[in-house]
Amino acid sequence: MTEIITDPTLPILHGPSDKEKKYDRQLRLWAASGQKALEDAHILLLNSGSGTVGVETLKNLVLPGIGQFTIADANIVNESDLGVNFFLDEDSLGNSRAECCVKLLQELNPDVKGHWLPLQETHTVQNLLENDRKYTLIMYTYPIEPQDLALVQEYGNKHKVPIIAIHSAGFYSYFRTHLPGNFPIVDTHPDSTATTDLRLLTPWEELSKFANEFTSDIDNLSAHEHGHIPYLVILLHYLEKWKAEHGTLPSTYKEKTAFRATVSAGARTNNPEGGEENFDEAAAAVLKTISAPTLASSVKAVFDYKPNEFEAKSSFWIIASAVKKFYEKNKQLPLPGSVPDMKAQSTVYVRLQNIYKKKARQDVAEVLAAVRALPGGKDIDEGEVETFCKNAAFIKLIHGSEASPDNITTIAEAEAANDETAAMVGMPLSLFPIYLSLKATSHVPTACTSDILAAIDKTIPGASSNPRLAQVAEEVTRAKGGELHNISALTGGMVAQEVIKIITKQYIPIDNTCIFDGITSRTQVLRI
Amino acid sequence: MSQPVMVSGTILAPSSTMATRWQYLDNVRRNSGPFTDPDVFDASEAAATNMEQINVFGAGGLGCEILKNLALSGFKKIHVIDMDTIDVSNLNRQFLFRQSDVGESKAEVAAKFVEKRVKGVSITPHNCKIQDKDEDFYMQFTLVICGLDSIEARRWINSTLVDLVDMNNPDSFKPLIDGGTEGFKGQSRVIYPTMTSCIECQLDMHAPRAAVPLCTLATIPRQPEHCIEWAHIMAWEQEKPFPKLDNDDPEHITWLYKKALARAAEFNITGVTYSLTQGVVKNIIPAIASTNAIIAASCCNEAFKIATNANPALGGEENYMMYSGNDSIYTYTFKHEKKDDCPVCGNMAKNLDVDPNLTLQEFIESLAARPEAQLKKPSIRAEGRTLYMQSPESLRLQTAPNLEKKVGDLVGNGDEIGVTDPSLGRVDFKFRLKFTSEFVKAETNGHAK
Repeated sequence: MTEIITDPTLPILHGPSDKEKKYDRQLRLWAASGQKALEDAHILLLNSGSGTVGVETLKNLVLPGIGQFTIADANIVNESDLGVNFFLDEDSLGNSRAECCVKLLQELNPDVKGHWLPLQETHTVQNLLENDRKYTLIMYTYPIEPQDLALVQEYGNKHKVPIIAIHSAGFYSYFRTHLPGNFPIVDTHPDSTATTDLRLLTPWEELSKFANEFTSDIDNLSAHEHGHIPYLVILLHYLEKWKAEHGTLPSTYKEKTAFRATVSAGARTNNPEGGEENFDEAAAAVLKTISAPTLASSVKAVFDYKPNEFEAKSSFWIIASAVKKFYEKNKQLPLPGSVPDMKAQSTVYVRLQNIYKKKARQDVAEVLAAVRALPGGKDIDEGEVETFCKNAAFIKLIHGSEASPDNITTIAEAEAANDETAAMVGMPLSLFPIYLSLKATSHVPTACTSDILAAIDKTIPGASSNPRLAQVAEEVTRAKGGELHNISALTGGMVAQEVIKIITKQYIPIDNTCIFDGITSRTQVLRI
Repeated sequence: MSQPVMVSGTILAPSSTMATRWQYLDNVRRNSGPFTDPDVFDASEAAATNMEQINVFGAGGLGCEILKNLALSGFKKIHVIDMDTIDVSNLNRQFLFRQSDVGESKAEVAAKFVEKRVKGVSITPHNCKIQDKDEDFYMQFTLVICGLDSIEARRWINSTLVDLVDMNNPDSFKPLIDGGTEGFKGQSRVIYPTMTSCIECQLDMHAPRAAVPLCTLATIPRQPEHCIEWAHIMAWEQEKPFPKLDNDDPEHITWLYKKALARAAEFNITGVTYSLTQGVVKNIIPAIASTNAIIAASCCNEAFKIATNANPALGGEENYMMYSGNDSIYTYTFKHEKKDDCPVCGNMAKNLDVDPNLTLQEFIESLAARPEAQLKKPSIRAEGRTLYMQSPESLRLQTAPNLEKKVGDLVGNGDEIGVTDPSLGRVDFKFRLKFTSEFVKAETNGHAK
């Protein structure tokens, strides 16, 4: 879970630096590497409308120490802003909203640099995007002028910059991320319980030899020795016995439960505890660890993907290609090399750890050799190869998104069909109507219900006959384009999480639209 | 060449004369929507301007957000309780605090900040433990929101609010909204005391971390955490380098770190760092601004809906939202069922498996670790007899001899016991004992086995 922040080899015993102290609770999530990525980033917010959701998002990025941010906003602060936006006060009335928000946001963290631009006749979105500043990521909030939207999209495509569109009104919101091309992630932070990979069905020679040391004369071990055999050694022993008796390894659920009973029966019960903890651990681990490793569909997707010429030069795709070769040859992925805690003598456990680490290093060396042999593989950092191998079973590729009108109708049909069954079994209904209704107010926030429905019907003929869509459109009309602070704060939290995931390239971002319903307190993620 | 455009061109921002501060709130407070329940919704101006008194526990990561959100949701009178002072490690998310506030009371600084920023809201800080306040204090609120980091404090307020309910007095009934986060994950829940599933009903969803056996720490450490726990529990007790361990004193943590490092070197264990030492000793849970924002806003959204009836709130059909942002975004919103055998809000005793051959002392110790009990300082009564009392001292002394006796000597299979724990309020936890094995009666004294 925890990344090492202080290098233990250095004789630094005076504790963490001021920065490590301030950011301690987040460094435990994304480590120094993630923090560095955040500090190098510059986020642009094009703000409009009631103007809160983007500012709330920035609050959640300024606090963890994003490098720089810029707010561009044409609005002058008025009374209604003070009822929804926390980063304005009485003194802000009549002044540029961009300027006032930047000032109050910047107070949150002296390490962060904020810039502002009051969009006016002389300062347009076009000027803003043509200046020398390079943005790491752009967020814009609805409503937005179509010509500005086009400029942002053009900038994103040209500079390969991720864009997030955010729309919050009344009790509803959605946001949609647009990643520039395909987005591979190595450091996905899978659940620690999912990552155990012990290769018990295919032990290598050194592991088998190690196991034999403890189990060749298992019945004559002292009580202490018997009670401290590491559980994975116990499992290897009984697997060998099983194979000798049955000819094959246990593979079906029935065989595995029978195997588990054999393992449990191996525990000595003639002791005060009436059993042995290590045998309990072994029995508990059977269903989880005794199974042939299968390639996750997300990893298969990476192996099957044909990177284009530009992508193929990136270290990710070079290493991926080497790992694929490794997999084809060895029929398994490189060994991650970690061993879960288990009852054992300290020295025995450390030896076991070293056996797994050694094998993992051998696998890394094999992949590294393949990397070096590939075009562009000479300069790739060994550490990157090592990290890739360790996470190989959990790598993930998020495909870039291209909007197409066909897609919308297909989703609408699929979601409507799902709703029919969902309604019967009491499952939650699709939130797609929220997306459609908000989307219809992208440029005209105060549209009336009939206008919203008419606009949706243009893209999806007949959609408005769905009574639920009509209700949702009516709820959108009720908000008159105004934000509720809670909904925007919540949405700003989700968007900030996504920005952090995209910038640090850690954890898994959404693909690609998240819709929130503040009435039923639910989200739904759809690829639109 | 460039076409000058105003981004606000089509955004019908109200002209300054028309603009009113709360117009966005009024859109939903003064107008009903298609999902609004017309039987309970009051669209009058009086209802909108007269929003209730609310109490917030905790002015930490969630608390700061909650205060901001409530102030901007139209709540006018808020009380906040927090006994903590501001630490530098709070600044990455607790956005009402600055470097210069380090060492000050969280409740006081937070209250002052929000009052200054949002005109017309009154926030009363209480720099104390929630347990320091009595029932009269809690009676004055209509809604309670918790942004706490301890299960114990949640259980205390939960049992207190259940206890407060008087069927003849509708005002005694205080909805409780609770939020919690860990890393990119969190949950929010709405509880109607005595009517819907309470925090105690849901206790097993927050199982305590399994403790490492002492013998592992003492003789066969394998993980860096084992070395740190050894330094924390054993080396410190033995050497007492400072009179009292202070988790926030870097000198103390450094001492533990060095001890753990030496222990790890002895056993060839790698991975002991200062950061890990601090994490293990303080049981640190990773926390970030964005997750706090999500969960706090979810709690306040429910509070707003409960107070205004502008839309249906969680609490009835569904009362619990789980959120996870690790892998994409996932929420699961469901109904956690009320338990008839909940020791706090149920009316049936909960079954509790127990080995009758344990001593009462062993049984009491086991209650701390069991996920369904998690009672650290329990006093126990059975059928009108007191088996063990932690306090007052006279009663403790009187009942202490029972600690050596076996459970089976004191109670029978199927007997009901009542357990109280001062940290959890006045509630009596009712358990029905189910013996898991045959009781072997001890030989009488003088006839050693």
